[in-house]
Amino acid sequence: MALIDTLVQNWPKLLDGVGTTLALTGMGALIAAIAAPPLALLRAQGSALAQAPLRVYISFIRGTPILAQLFLVFYGSGQFRVELQSLGLWTFFRDPFNCAVLVFAINSCAYQTEILRGGIQAVAPGEIEAGRAIGMSRLMVLRRIVFPHAYRIAWPALGNEIILLMKASALASVVTVFDLMGRTRQIFSRSFDFSVYFWAAALYLAMTVCFVVLWRLAERRLSRHMTGQTPQGVQ
Amino acid sequence: MFELFSYGPLGWGDEILSGLWVTLRLAVTTLPVGLLIGFAVAGLSLSHNRGLRALGVGYTTLMRGLPEILTLFIVYNGVGLLLNRGLAAVFPDAGPVEFSPFAAGVVALAMVFAAFAAEVLRGAFLAVPEGQIMAGRAIGMTPRQIFWRIKLPQLWRFALPGMGNLWLNLLKDTALVSVIALDDLMRATKVAVGVTKQPFTFYLVACLIYWLLCVVSELGMAKLEQRANRGVRRA
Repeated sequence: MALIDTLVQNWPKLLDGVGTTLALTGMGALIAAIAAPPLALLRAQGSALAQAPLRVYISFIRGTPILAQLFLVFYGSGQFRVELQSLGLWTFFRDPFNCAVLVFAINSCAYQTEILRGGIQAVAPGEIEAGRAIGMSRLMVLRRIVFPHAYRIAWPALGNEIILLMKASALASVVTVFDLMGRTRQIFSRSFDFSVYFWAAALYLAMTVCFVVLWRLAERRLSRHMTGQTPQGVQ
Repeated sequence: MFELFSYGPLGWGDEILSGLWVTLRLAVTTLPVGLLIGFAVAGLSLSHNRGLRALGVGYTTLMRGLPEILTLFIVYNGVGLLLNRGLAAVFPDAGPVEFSPFAAGVVALAMVFAAFAAEVLRGAFLAVPEGQIMAGRAIGMTPRQIFWRIKLPQLWRFALPGMGNLWLNLLKDTALVSVIALDDLMRATKVAVGVTKQPFTFYLVACLIYWLLCVVSELGMAKLEQRANRGVRRA
Protein backbone atom coordinates (compact mmCIF):
# COMPACT_ATOMS: atom_id res chain seq x y z
CA MET A 1 0.00 0.00 0.00
CA ALA A 2 2.91 2.30 0.70
CA LEU A 3 3.76 1.93 -2.97
CA ILE A 4 0.38 3.24 -4.09
CA ASP A 5 0.46 6.10 -1.57
CA THR A 6 3.82 7.22 -2.95
CA LEU A 7 2.39 7.36 -6.45
CA VAL A 8 -0.80 9.17 -5.35
CA GLN A 9 1.23 11.80 -3.52
CA ASN A 10 3.91 12.34 -6.15
CA TRP A 11 2.45 11.63 -9.56
CA PRO A 12 2.37 15.26 -10.79
CA LYS A 13 6.10 15.62 -10.08
CA LEU A 14 6.96 12.24 -11.57
CA LEU A 15 4.90 12.95 -14.68
CA ASP A 16 6.61 16.31 -15.05
CA GLY A 17 9.93 14.46 -14.77
CA VAL A 18 8.89 12.03 -17.51
CA GLY A 19 8.08 15.00 -19.75
CA THR A 20 11.52 16.53 -19.17
CA THR A 21 13.25 13.18 -19.78
CA LEU A 22 11.36 12.78 -23.06
CA ALA A 23 12.20 16.37 -24.08
CA LEU A 24 15.90 15.89 -23.29
CA THR A 25 16.08 12.60 -25.19
CA GLY A 26 13.90 13.68 -28.10
CA MET A 27 15.68 16.98 -28.73
CA GLY A 28 19.15 15.45 -28.33
CA ALA A 29 18.35 12.55 -30.65
CA LEU A 30 16.67 14.78 -33.24
CA ILE A 31 19.50 17.31 -33.47
CA ALA A 32 21.96 14.42 -33.75
CA ALA A 33 19.83 12.78 -36.45
CA ILE A 34 19.92 15.96 -38.54
CA ALA A 35 23.71 16.29 -38.33
CA ALA A 36 24.57 12.58 -38.70
CA PRO A 37 23.79 11.81 -42.42
CA PRO A 38 26.35 14.18 -44.02
CA LEU A 39 28.96 13.15 -41.44
CA ALA A 40 28.25 9.47 -42.08
CA LEU A 41 28.66 10.03 -45.81
CA LEU A 42 31.98 11.77 -45.20
CA ARG A 43 33.04 8.93 -42.94
CA ALA A 44 32.09 6.34 -45.57
CA GLN A 45 33.37 8.00 -48.71
CA GLY A 46 35.51 11.01 -47.77
CA SER A 47 39.27 11.32 -48.25
CA ALA A 48 41.50 10.26 -45.36
CA LEU A 49 42.41 13.88 -44.68
CA ALA A 50 38.78 14.99 -44.46
CA GLN A 51 37.99 12.05 -42.22
CA ALA A 52 40.77 12.70 -39.70
CA PRO A 53 38.97 15.34 -37.55
CA LEU A 54 35.79 13.28 -37.67
CA ARG A 55 37.61 10.18 -36.44
CA VAL A 56 39.14 12.14 -33.55
CA TYR A 57 35.72 13.53 -32.60
CA ILE A 58 34.08 10.10 -32.64
CA SER A 59 36.93 8.47 -30.72
CA PHE A 60 36.85 11.23 -28.08
CA ILE A 61 33.09 10.95 -27.57
CA ARG A 62 33.23 7.17 -27.35
CA GLY A 63 36.26 7.20 -25.06
CA THR A 64 35.00 9.60 -22.37
CA PRO A 65 32.13 9.28 -19.87
CA ILE A 66 29.06 11.28 -20.85
CA LEU A 67 29.04 12.68 -17.31
CA ALA A 68 32.50 14.16 -17.91
CA GLN A 69 31.29 15.63 -21.22
CA LEU A 70 28.34 17.18 -19.43
CA PHE A 71 30.58 18.72 -16.74
CA LEU A 72 33.01 19.95 -19.40
CA VAL A 73 30.25 21.91 -21.13
CA PHE A 74 28.09 23.00 -18.18
CA TYR A 75 30.79 23.90 -15.64
CA GLY A 76 33.55 24.41 -18.20
CA SER A 77 31.65 27.17 -19.98
CA GLY A 78 32.03 29.24 -16.79
CA GLN A 79 35.71 29.64 -17.55
CA PHE A 80 34.80 31.56 -20.71
CA ARG A 81 32.04 33.62 -19.17
CA VAL A 82 33.34 36.98 -20.42
CA GLU A 83 33.83 35.74 -23.96
CA LEU A 84 30.45 34.01 -24.02
CA GLN A 85 28.74 37.11 -22.61
CA SER A 86 30.21 39.29 -25.34
CA LEU A 87 28.91 36.79 -27.90
CA GLY A 88 25.49 36.79 -26.25
CA LEU A 89 25.70 33.02 -25.61
CA TRP A 90 26.06 33.13 -21.84
CA THR A 91 22.31 32.87 -21.15
CA PHE A 92 22.29 29.66 -23.21
CA PHE A 93 25.14 28.02 -21.30
CA ARG A 94 23.87 29.13 -17.89
CA ASP A 95 20.80 26.91 -18.27
CA PRO A 96 21.57 23.26 -17.36
CA PHE A 97 18.76 21.98 -19.63
CA ASN A 98 20.34 23.63 -22.70
CA CYS A 99 23.77 22.25 -21.82
CA ALA A 100 22.34 18.77 -21.35
CA VAL A 101 20.56 18.85 -24.74
CA LEU A 102 23.74 20.15 -26.40
CA VAL A 103 25.90 17.41 -24.85
CA PHE A 104 23.38 14.66 -25.65
CA ALA A 105 23.16 15.88 -29.25
CA ILE A 106 26.96 15.99 -29.68
CA ASN A 107 27.30 12.59 -28.00
CA SER A 108 24.52 10.84 -29.89
CA CYS A 109 25.68 12.36 -33.19
CA ALA A 110 28.99 10.51 -32.89
CA TYR A 111 27.25 7.17 -32.31
CA GLN A 112 24.57 7.77 -34.96
CA THR A 113 27.27 8.72 -37.50
CA GLU A 114 29.07 5.41 -36.93
CA ILE A 115 25.83 3.41 -37.13
CA LEU A 116 24.73 5.14 -40.32
CA ARG A 117 28.18 4.72 -41.85
CA GLY A 118 27.79 0.99 -41.36
CA GLY A 119 24.41 1.18 -43.11
CA ILE A 120 25.81 3.16 -46.05
CA GLN A 121 28.69 0.73 -46.49
CA ALA A 122 26.26 -2.21 -46.44
CA VAL A 123 24.30 -0.97 -49.47
CA ALA A 124 24.96 -3.42 -52.31
CA PRO A 125 27.32 -1.82 -54.88
CA GLY A 126 25.25 -3.30 -57.69
CA GLU A 127 22.29 -1.12 -56.74
CA ILE A 128 24.40 2.02 -56.92
CA GLU A 129 25.82 0.94 -60.29
CA ALA A 130 22.30 0.25 -61.53
CA GLY A 131 21.27 3.79 -60.53
CA ARG A 132 24.25 5.27 -62.39
CA ALA A 133 23.53 3.09 -65.41
CA ILE A 134 20.04 4.52 -65.84
CA GLY A 135 21.52 8.03 -65.66
CA MET A 136 20.89 9.11 -62.07
CA SER A 137 23.09 11.95 -60.81
CA ARG A 138 25.29 11.38 -57.74
CA LEU A 139 22.83 13.29 -55.57
CA MET A 140 19.88 11.34 -56.86
CA VAL A 141 21.66 8.02 -56.22
CA LEU A 142 22.18 9.14 -52.62
CA ARG A 143 18.60 10.34 -52.17
CA ARG A 144 16.80 7.48 -53.89
CA ILE A 145 19.10 4.47 -53.32
CA VAL A 146 21.85 4.89 -50.73
CA PHE A 147 20.07 6.66 -47.87
CA PRO A 148 16.71 4.86 -48.00
CA HIS A 149 18.55 1.56 -47.95
CA ALA A 150 21.11 2.63 -45.35
CA TYR A 151 18.38 3.75 -42.97
CA ARG A 152 16.54 0.47 -43.32
CA ILE A 153 19.71 -1.46 -42.49
CA ALA A 154 20.67 0.86 -39.62
CA TRP A 155 17.16 1.20 -38.16
CA PRO A 156 17.39 -1.35 -35.29
CA ALA A 157 20.83 -0.08 -34.23
CA LEU A 158 19.58 3.53 -34.31
CA GLY A 159 16.71 2.49 -32.02
CA ASN A 160 19.19 0.97 -29.58
CA GLU A 161 21.19 4.18 -29.59
CA ILE A 162 18.11 6.26 -28.74
CA ILE A 163 17.31 3.92 -25.82
CA LEU A 164 20.88 4.31 -24.58
CA LEU A 165 20.49 8.08 -24.88
CA MET A 166 17.29 7.99 -22.85
CA LYS A 167 19.09 6.09 -20.11
CA ALA A 168 22.01 8.52 -20.26
CA SER A 169 19.62 11.46 -19.99
CA ALA A 170 19.20 10.53 -16.30
CA LEU A 171 22.66 12.08 -15.83
CA ALA A 172 21.18 15.52 -16.42
CA SER A 173 19.82 15.27 -12.87
CA VAL A 174 23.41 15.65 -11.66
CA VAL A 175 23.55 19.19 -13.10
CA THR A 176 20.20 20.05 -11.44
CA VAL A 177 17.83 19.33 -14.35
CA PHE A 178 14.54 18.01 -12.93
CA ASP A 179 14.02 15.09 -15.26
CA LEU A 180 12.52 11.83 -13.98
CA MET A 181 15.73 10.97 -12.14
CA GLY A 182 16.01 14.50 -10.73
CA ARG A 183 12.41 14.45 -9.48
CA THR A 184 12.97 11.01 -7.96
CA ARG A 185 16.05 12.14 -6.07
CA GLN A 186 14.22 15.27 -4.93
CA ILE A 187 11.28 13.26 -3.58
CA PHE A 188 13.59 10.75 -1.90
CA SER A 189 15.74 13.41 -0.23
CA ARG A 190 12.66 15.03 1.30
CA SER A 191 10.71 11.95 2.39
CA PHE A 192 13.28 9.11 2.54
CA ASP A 193 10.48 7.12 0.94
CA PHE A 194 12.36 4.39 -0.89
CA SER A 195 9.39 3.21 -2.96
CA VAL A 196 9.73 6.27 -5.21
CA TYR A 197 12.73 4.50 -6.78
CA PHE A 198 10.43 1.64 -7.67
CA TRP A 199 8.15 4.00 -9.59
CA ALA A 200 11.10 5.65 -11.31
CA ALA A 201 12.30 2.23 -12.47
CA ALA A 202 8.81 1.30 -13.66
CA LEU A 203 8.45 4.57 -15.59
CA TYR A 204 11.85 4.22 -17.27
CA LEU A 205 10.96 0.65 -18.31
CA ALA A 206 7.54 1.79 -19.56
CA MET A 207 9.16 4.50 -21.70
CA THR A 208 11.60 1.96 -23.16
CA VAL A 209 8.82 -0.52 -23.95
CA CYS A 210 6.64 2.15 -25.64
CA PHE A 211 9.61 3.30 -27.68
CA VAL A 212 10.51 -0.23 -28.78
CA VAL A 213 6.93 -0.84 -29.96
CA LEU A 214 6.77 2.44 -31.91
CA TRP A 215 10.19 1.84 -33.44
CA ARG A 216 9.15 -1.66 -34.62
CA LEU A 217 6.00 -0.22 -36.20
CA ALA A 218 8.13 2.34 -38.03
CA GLU A 219 10.50 -0.41 -39.14
CA ARG A 220 7.61 -2.38 -40.59
CA ARG A 221 6.50 0.69 -42.52
CA LEU A 222 10.03 1.28 -43.82
CA SER A 223 10.13 -2.26 -45.20
CA ARG A 224 6.49 -2.45 -46.33
CA HIS A 225 7.48 -3.00 -49.96
CA MET A 226 9.34 -6.15 -48.90
CA THR A 227 6.48 -7.94 -47.18
CA GLY A 228 5.47 -11.13 -48.89
CA GLN A 229 8.79 -11.44 -50.69
CA THR A 230 10.44 -13.62 -48.09
CA PRO A 231 8.90 -16.92 -47.06
CA GLN A 232 7.47 -16.97 -43.56
CA GLY A 233 9.94 -17.73 -40.82
CA VAL A 234 12.87 -16.51 -42.90
CA GLN A 235 14.13 -13.02 -42.25
CA MET B 1 49.46 26.49 -16.38
CA PHE B 2 51.65 23.44 -15.78
CA GLU B 3 52.10 24.12 -12.06
CA LEU B 4 48.35 23.50 -11.71
CA PHE B 5 49.04 19.84 -12.43
CA SER B 6 52.31 19.52 -10.51
CA TYR B 7 52.77 17.40 -7.41
CA GLY B 8 52.65 18.74 -3.87
CA PRO B 9 50.51 21.33 -2.09
CA LEU B 10 50.45 23.80 -5.01
CA GLY B 11 49.45 21.53 -7.86
CA TRP B 12 46.65 19.05 -8.33
CA GLY B 13 48.66 16.30 -10.02
CA ASP B 14 48.80 14.06 -6.96
CA GLU B 15 45.09 14.48 -6.14
CA ILE B 16 44.07 13.63 -9.70
CA LEU B 17 46.39 10.62 -9.79
CA SER B 18 44.96 9.25 -6.54
CA GLY B 19 41.48 9.76 -8.01
CA LEU B 20 42.58 7.84 -11.09
CA TRP B 21 43.84 5.07 -8.79
CA VAL B 22 40.36 4.80 -7.19
CA THR B 23 38.73 4.71 -10.66
CA LEU B 24 41.04 1.91 -11.80
CA ARG B 25 40.62 -0.05 -8.56
CA LEU B 26 36.85 0.24 -8.87
CA ALA B 27 36.83 -1.00 -12.47
CA VAL B 28 39.27 -3.85 -11.80
CA THR B 29 37.34 -4.98 -8.69
CA THR B 30 34.01 -4.84 -10.51
CA LEU B 31 35.14 -6.89 -13.52
CA PRO B 32 35.47 -10.35 -11.85
CA VAL B 33 32.34 -9.82 -9.73
CA GLY B 34 30.34 -8.79 -12.79
CA LEU B 35 31.72 -11.70 -14.85
CA LEU B 36 30.76 -14.18 -12.13
CA ILE B 37 27.18 -12.90 -11.90
CA GLY B 38 27.12 -12.70 -15.70
CA PHE B 39 28.03 -16.39 -16.01
CA ALA B 40 25.29 -17.29 -13.53
CA VAL B 41 22.68 -15.22 -15.40
CA ALA B 42 23.79 -16.63 -18.77
CA GLY B 43 23.40 -20.10 -17.27
CA LEU B 44 19.85 -19.21 -16.22
CA SER B 45 18.88 -17.85 -19.65
CA LEU B 46 20.25 -20.99 -21.35
CA SER B 47 18.52 -23.32 -18.89
CA HIS B 48 16.01 -25.94 -20.08
CA ASN B 49 13.77 -25.07 -17.17
CA ARG B 50 11.20 -22.47 -18.22
CA GLY B 51 11.05 -20.75 -14.83
CA LEU B 52 14.83 -20.36 -14.55
CA ARG B 53 15.00 -19.10 -18.11
CA ALA B 54 12.34 -16.45 -17.39
CA LEU B 55 14.37 -15.38 -14.36
CA GLY B 56 17.52 -14.93 -16.45
CA VAL B 57 15.76 -13.11 -19.28
CA GLY B 58 13.89 -10.95 -16.77
CA TYR B 59 17.11 -9.93 -15.06
CA THR B 60 18.88 -8.92 -18.28
CA THR B 61 15.83 -7.04 -19.58
CA LEU B 62 15.35 -5.15 -16.32
CA MET B 63 18.97 -4.21 -15.71
CA ARG B 64 19.61 -3.20 -19.31
CA GLY B 65 16.48 -1.02 -19.35
CA LEU B 66 17.28 1.04 -16.25
CA PRO B 67 19.64 4.02 -16.23
CA GLU B 68 22.91 3.04 -14.53
CA ILE B 69 22.67 5.99 -12.17
CA LEU B 70 19.23 4.83 -10.99
CA THR B 71 20.63 1.36 -10.24
CA LEU B 72 23.47 3.00 -8.35
CA PHE B 73 21.10 5.06 -6.20
CA ILE B 74 18.82 2.10 -5.55
CA VAL B 75 21.79 0.04 -4.38
CA TYR B 76 23.40 2.85 -2.39
CA ASN B 77 20.26 4.11 -0.66
CA GLY B 78 18.31 0.85 -0.60
CA VAL B 79 21.05 -1.43 0.70
CA GLY B 80 22.06 1.26 3.20
CA LEU B 81 18.47 1.46 4.41
CA LEU B 82 18.12 -2.32 4.66
CA LEU B 83 21.46 -2.61 6.42
CA ASN B 84 20.48 -0.06 9.04
CA ARG B 85 17.02 -1.50 9.50
CA GLY B 86 18.48 -4.97 10.01
CA LEU B 87 21.12 -3.59 12.36
CA ALA B 88 18.53 -1.69 14.39
CA ALA B 89 16.51 -4.90 14.76
CA VAL B 90 19.50 -6.82 16.11
CA PHE B 91 21.20 -4.03 18.09
CA PRO B 92 18.49 -1.52 19.05
CA ASP B 93 20.91 1.04 20.52
CA ALA B 94 23.54 1.02 17.75
CA GLY B 95 23.79 4.22 15.69
CA PRO B 96 23.26 4.23 11.91
CA VAL B 97 26.18 3.01 9.79
CA GLU B 98 27.22 4.30 6.39
CA PHE B 99 27.24 1.80 3.50
CA SER B 100 30.66 2.28 1.87
CA PRO B 101 30.32 4.11 -1.46
CA PHE B 102 33.07 1.89 -2.89
CA ALA B 103 31.11 -1.27 -2.07
CA ALA B 104 27.91 0.28 -3.40
CA GLY B 105 29.75 1.22 -6.60
CA VAL B 106 31.14 -2.29 -7.07
CA VAL B 107 27.75 -3.93 -6.44
CA ALA B 108 25.77 -1.58 -8.71
CA LEU B 109 28.31 -1.56 -11.56
CA ALA B 110 28.70 -5.35 -11.32
CA MET B 111 24.92 -5.84 -11.53
CA VAL B 112 24.76 -3.72 -14.69
CA PHE B 113 27.89 -5.31 -16.18
CA ALA B 114 26.50 -8.79 -15.46
CA ALA B 115 23.28 -8.14 -17.40
CA PHE B 116 25.18 -7.13 -20.56
CA ALA B 117 27.87 -9.80 -20.05
CA ALA B 118 25.21 -12.50 -19.75
CA GLU B 119 23.94 -11.61 -23.23
CA VAL B 120 27.46 -11.68 -24.68
CA LEU B 121 28.20 -15.04 -23.02
CA ARG B 122 24.88 -16.51 -24.14
CA GLY B 123 25.65 -15.51 -27.72
CA ALA B 124 29.15 -16.97 -27.43
CA PHE B 125 27.83 -20.31 -26.14
CA LEU B 126 25.39 -20.51 -29.03
CA ALA B 127 28.15 -19.60 -31.51
CA VAL B 128 29.97 -22.90 -30.98
CA PRO B 129 29.18 -24.89 -34.16
CA GLU B 130 26.67 -27.72 -33.69
CA GLY B 131 28.93 -30.13 -35.59
CA GLN B 132 31.67 -29.92 -32.95
CA ILE B 133 29.22 -30.88 -30.22
CA MET B 134 27.95 -33.79 -32.32
CA ALA B 135 31.56 -34.85 -32.93
CA GLY B 136 32.16 -34.83 -29.20
CA ARG B 137 29.08 -36.92 -28.62
CA ALA B 138 30.07 -39.30 -31.40
CA ILE B 139 33.38 -40.12 -29.73
CA GLY B 140 31.52 -40.75 -26.49
CA MET B 141 32.08 -37.56 -24.48
CA THR B 142 29.70 -36.88 -21.63
CA PRO B 143 27.79 -33.53 -21.62
CA ARG B 144 30.14 -32.38 -18.87
CA GLN B 145 33.22 -33.20 -20.96
CA ILE B 146 31.69 -31.44 -23.95
CA PHE B 147 31.19 -28.35 -21.81
CA TRP B 148 34.72 -28.27 -20.41
CA ARG B 149 36.66 -29.43 -23.48
CA ILE B 150 34.74 -28.03 -26.42
CA LYS B 151 32.44 -25.19 -25.39
CA LEU B 152 34.35 -23.39 -22.66
CA PRO B 153 37.76 -23.13 -24.43
CA GLN B 154 36.09 -21.47 -27.42
CA LEU B 155 33.82 -19.21 -25.36
CA TRP B 156 36.70 -16.81 -24.74
CA ARG B 157 37.26 -16.31 -28.47
CA PHE B 158 33.62 -15.62 -29.31
CA ALA B 159 32.97 -13.44 -26.26
CA LEU B 160 36.09 -11.30 -26.51
CA PRO B 161 34.86 -8.51 -28.85
CA GLY B 162 31.66 -8.03 -26.85
CA MET B 163 33.52 -8.15 -23.54
CA GLY B 164 35.94 -5.50 -24.81
CA ASN B 165 33.07 -3.10 -25.39
CA LEU B 166 31.62 -3.88 -21.96
CA TRP B 167 34.99 -3.16 -20.34
CA LEU B 168 35.05 0.28 -22.01
CA ASN B 169 31.50 0.94 -20.80
CA LEU B 170 32.50 -0.14 -17.29
CA LEU B 171 35.51 2.20 -17.28
CA LYS B 172 33.27 5.10 -18.30
CA ASP B 173 30.44 4.17 -15.93
CA THR B 174 32.80 4.37 -12.95
CA ALA B 175 32.50 8.15 -13.31
CA LEU B 176 28.98 7.84 -11.87
CA VAL B 177 30.25 6.90 -8.41
CA SER B 178 31.53 10.47 -8.00
CA VAL B 179 27.85 11.34 -7.49
CA ILE B 180 27.69 9.18 -4.34
CA ALA B 181 30.78 10.85 -2.88
CA LEU B 182 33.48 8.34 -3.80
CA ASP B 183 36.80 10.10 -4.45
CA ASP B 184 37.40 8.85 -7.97
CA LEU B 185 38.98 10.74 -10.87
CA MET B 186 35.79 12.69 -11.55
CA ARG B 187 35.39 13.84 -7.97
CA ALA B 188 39.07 14.74 -7.54
CA THR B 189 38.62 16.92 -10.63
CA LYS B 190 35.55 18.54 -9.10
CA VAL B 191 37.47 19.38 -5.92
CA ALA B 192 40.30 20.88 -7.97
CA VAL B 193 37.78 22.94 -9.94
CA GLY B 194 36.23 24.25 -6.72
CA VAL B 195 39.56 25.68 -5.59
CA THR B 196 41.19 26.81 -8.84
CA LYS B 197 38.05 28.10 -10.63
CA GLN B 198 39.35 26.60 -13.88
CA PRO B 199 36.54 24.15 -14.71
CA PHE B 200 37.22 23.79 -18.42
CA THR B 201 40.94 23.09 -18.02
CA PHE B 202 40.43 20.46 -15.34
CA TYR B 203 37.43 18.68 -16.85
CA LEU B 204 39.26 18.60 -20.18
CA VAL B 205 42.22 16.93 -18.49
CA ALA B 206 39.84 14.41 -16.85
CA CYS B 207 38.29 13.67 -20.26
CA LEU B 208 41.75 13.22 -21.79
CA ILE B 209 42.69 10.75 -19.04
CA TYR B 210 39.54 8.67 -19.62
CA TRP B 211 40.19 8.84 -23.36
CA LEU B 212 43.75 7.60 -22.86
CA LEU B 213 42.49 4.70 -20.70
CA CYS B 214 40.01 3.72 -23.43
CA VAL B 215 42.53 3.95 -26.27
CA VAL B 216 45.07 1.87 -24.33
CA SER B 217 42.32 -0.66 -23.52
CA GLU B 218 41.38 -0.89 -27.20
CA LEU B 219 45.00 -1.58 -28.16
CA GLY B 220 45.23 -4.25 -25.45
CA MET B 221 42.00 -5.82 -26.64
CA ALA B 222 43.22 -5.99 -30.23
CA LYS B 223 46.29 -7.89 -28.96
CA LEU B 224 44.12 -10.26 -26.91
CA GLU B 225 41.86 -10.95 -29.87
CA GLN B 226 44.86 -11.65 -32.06
CA ARG B 227 46.12 -14.12 -29.48
CA ALA B 228 42.72 -15.75 -28.96
CA ASN B 229 42.36 -16.33 -32.70
CA ARG B 230 45.91 -17.56 -33.34
CA GLY B 231 44.73 -21.11 -34.02
CA VAL B 232 41.94 -20.09 -36.36
CA ARG B 233 42.28 -20.17 -40.11
CA ARG B 234 41.48 -16.85 -41.76
CA ALA B 235 39.09 -16.88 -44.69
